[in-house]
Amino acid sequence: MIDFLNAFVALSNFVLIPAISYGAQLALGALGVTLIYGILRFSNFAHGDTMAFGAMCTILVTWLFQSWGISFGPLPTALLAMPFGILATMGLVLFTDRYVYKFYREQKAKPVILVIVSLGVMFILNGLVRFIIGPNDQRFSDGERFIISVREFKALTGLKEGLAFKTTQGITIVTAVIVVIALFWFLNRTRTGKSMRAYSDNEDLALLSGINPERVVMVTWLIVAALATIAGTLYGLDKSFKPFIFLQLLLPVFAAAIVGGLGSPLGAIAGGFTIAFSEVMITYAWKKVATYVVPESWAPDTLVQLLSTDYKFAVSFVILIIVLLFRPTGLFAGKSV
Amino acid sequence: MSDSVRNTMYFAGVALLIIITGFVQSWNTALFILNFGLISAIMALGVNLQWGFAGLFNVGIMGFVALGGLATVLVSMPATPGAWQAGGASVIGALVLGAATVVAAVILMTKMKASKLRSFSVFGVLVVGFFVYRGLFDPAVGFIEEIDPAATGYLGGLGLPVLLAWPAGGLLAAAVAWLIGKTALGLRSDYLAIATLGISEIIIAVMKNEDWLGRGVKNVVGLPRPAPYEVDLQSNAAFIERANGLGFDAVTASTLWVKLIYAGLFTVVLVILFVMAQRALHSPWGRMMRAIRDNEFAAEAMGKNVTARHLQIFVLGSAVCGIAGAMMTTLDGQLTPGTYQPLRFTFLIWVMVIVGGSGSNLGSVLGGFLIWWLWVMVEPMGSVLMNFVTYGMADGYWLKNHLLESVAHMRLLTMGLVLLLVLRFSPRGLIPEK
Amino acid sequence: MSEPFLIGDSMTGGYGNGPDILHNCTIAVNKGEIAVIVGPNGAGKSTGMKAVFGMLNLNKGSVRLDGEDITTLSPQDRVVNGMGFVPQTSNIFTSMTVEENLEMGAFIRRDDYKDTMTQIYDLFPILKEKRYQAAGELSGGQRQQVAVGRALMTQPKVLMLDEPTAGVSPIVMDELFDRIIEVARTGIPILMVEQNARQALEIADKGYVLVQGANAFTGTGKELLADPEVRKSFLGG
Repeated sequence: MIDFLNAFVALSNFVLIPAISYGAQLALGALGVTLIYGILRFSNFAHGDTMAFGAMCTILVTWLFQSWGISFGPLPTALLAMPFGILATMGLVLFTDRYVYKFYREQKAKPVILVIVSLGVMFILNGLVRFIIGPNDQRFSDGERFIISVREFKALTGLKEGLAFKTTQGITIVTAVIVVIALFWFLNRTRTGKSMRAYSDNEDLALLSGINPERVVMVTWLIVAALATIAGTLYGLDKSFKPFIFLQLLLPVFAAAIVGGLGSPLGAIAGGFTIAFSEVMITYAWKKVATYVVPESWAPDTLVQLLSTDYKFAVSFVILIIVLLFRPTGLFAGKSV
Repeated sequence: MSDSVRNTMYFAGVALLIIITGFVQSWNTALFILNFGLISAIMALGVNLQWGFAGLFNVGIMGFVALGGLATVLVSMPATPGAWQAGGASVIGALVLGAATVVAAVILMTKMKASKLRSFSVFGVLVVGFFVYRGLFDPAVGFIEEIDPAATGYLGGLGLPVLLAWPAGGLLAAAVAWLIGKTALGLRSDYLAIATLGISEIIIAVMKNEDWLGRGVKNVVGLPRPAPYEVDLQSNAAFIERANGLGFDAVTASTLWVKLIYAGLFTVVLVILFVMAQRALHSPWGRMMRAIRDNEFAAEAMGKNVTARHLQIFVLGSAVCGIAGAMMTTLDGQLTPGTYQPLRFTFLIWVMVIVGGSGSNLGSVLGGFLIWWLWVMVEPMGSVLMNFVTYGMADGYWLKNHLLESVAHMRLLTMGLVLLLVLRFSPRGLIPEK
Repeated sequence: MSEPFLIGDSMTGGYGNGPDILHNCTIAVNKGEIAVIVGPNGAGKSTGMKAVFGMLNLNKGSVRLDGEDITTLSPQDRVVNGMGFVPQTSNIFTSMTVEENLEMGAFIRRDDYKDTMTQIYDLFPILKEKRYQAAGELSGGQRQQVAVGRALMTQPKVLMLDEPTAGVSPIVMDELFDRIIEVARTGIPILMVEQNARQALEIADKGYVLVQGANAFTGTGKELLADPEVRKSFLGG
């Protein structure tokens, strides 16, 4: 019985908690991608770097606060700085929309043109972020490091296996839950939110009903800026902030959005967790968990790792391919194809 | 001004830029730009096939280029002694088995009726296949990688002349393109973009991590060359004499001469591919492609199999990129998977095609040279600019240091700006499609 | 005869800069009446209605609503001015609930629209029953009721329906016609395009037979049904 408890603790420590917080970050990123897709009808390649930009603004404000001696007690100061990061990112996306995307929207350009344009925006943002903050790793998290550390957990439970629950993981999960609830409340309960869904569902009929497309687009960008900044900051807090990372994050974020069904917010969340859990579970060495569960004589002598961690991105891609092959509209029947 | 005069002036302009670089910086730099410009032009031709002819958005060009590089190693390096005996057969066997597993699963999936039994058997086949594959694969890889890991530790190649690697690179890229095209073509255009982005990430991940294949990040160095070695030339009396006769010292002359030989080889390939691309463009096949691009629905209604046509051109374009990739690795003389950055360089090629003129082969070639020149020169130009901007600032002032350091990040920013400006104000590019 | 409530007067025009599809075509509807546009396939029936709604470029002619010239207004502005339009296809928000569809119909209204919604639920009881269901899950006839209900939410002064019975079974068609008559009884003039000429003319106060974008026959529904030439060419004897 104790063995099973130990196995479960090891599983939670190495698989469940990391996968849940990573899934939450992916889900927030994918929500941004899916909203842009639903309203503006293109896959926004610049989204990863919008996340980087938002996180960077948050970091700069965090440093400022830290230099002023402002802190948030046991919580990271970055949470206090995040609203300012969101505002800056909102300004940025409204600027790019006004001076870049709007032109093509009015021309009714093909989606693929908008994708190329977003690729251009992506590289400009990427250059801008590295220009401002440099290409290196930046640490900005402060406050308590752990909600519960391995040692505390062992002392508390007397189990052989330890469980660490980082503050950043806790914050990620709590924030993601709050943000998602707020977003769904907005989309399903408010007039503006419903008009966004209507516009995404049937553009012509929305116009006929007197919904102002420019307003819908603006509100969408504002929400996306907030989501991107939150996702970027949480990812930076949890792992570390490095401009280059966000380029690599783009693929799993896209995979999450497509697996869930592009244009479907619920799908983006499901997709985020699907991708995160698959990545973590397939690249995790199960030996530790297995030794507790199976009889001693069966104990595996290899790592019991399905794929080396170097292939993390391959996992999200393979899932993406399977979904494209068998269910191109995604789990939640988005508006693809 | 007629089109041909304008085009000649464009090319003369780019030639002038390169020549000026030769005078101002060094001829070595100028020839470096020329050689990579030739390779870029070929890649741009490949992308133009896909985008300009057919409107396919491929974001995974670097993956296909990397495959070309891998082909160079597989074709031209000598086989590692003992590696094949140690585990070559098992590795190949494991890969075949892996492929057979997937094929079996697909056959089951299509032949059996949808049911719990089907899901169960497909899953079963995949799981059993996977473990047998790993059981065969892992020890064999271990054996291969144990053979003199500091120098080899991989299977090696066929030991054939390196020039053969160029078409081989094309073939390898074409094969992978076929697989990915089969999956993602026919879905909406964004999906192809994302799928190709994914495949290139995976190709490069495989090349970085599968040491038995191409030594991974340990790199394969000392690839055979189609040109003489500088050291040999420098000890060749006849060569020294001729160099001195032209007023060069032997060291400079040898590096320039080797680069010129490469430039000659690359020019031949570029010309062949260009002529083929031009012919294709003006053939009935090319007209049909453009008709499909301009109105997919109408073409489909006329009974054209749009997806099959797209697959054709996708494979062709990727093959061209594979050839260019093999040429690039040959020029470098080494395979360094760590330096392939999927999105960044792919993006660069895209800028070339769009600036040159989507759908215009000549434009792509021009864009290849021009943008490559700009890419190399942005940094020196940027540092001149930053020195000017920070001229009035005190030495050691943080902003001055920061600005001077940031020059390194101006390249992508500039390319992004160039792309957006061209798309906005001159979407047909320098040499528009007719 | 006084000016009709809504009239597209001698309209000539086509889509964008394309060729003219309508030629000196006049379509009108009076207060409290049902007007129906019928005609063979490709006669420009839907085009005629879209011209009245401002989705066409008119080279000649004008559109007047309640005596006011609205020729230059965009479709959106015509909605604000009291025209309700139900397109032939994609006329509902499939992913939204029935009630949300109605709410979106009332998007331009800033006042309380609860009463209007109650009226619509009275008119279409089935919609009340399914108010929290996604509109895309409903049957064809029910979807058309959602579409009509959505258009009625603005309390339009005139309702325009583009082939409301396209693709529904004959029984559902009869029911839809009944509903449309009920809507008309609430005092809203209705202009509609119909494929099923005979049934449509039976409920019509006024009928327009269009051929190649021009008026071929005009009269009350009864007159047209009785006209031997109309019978021969369009009603199958």
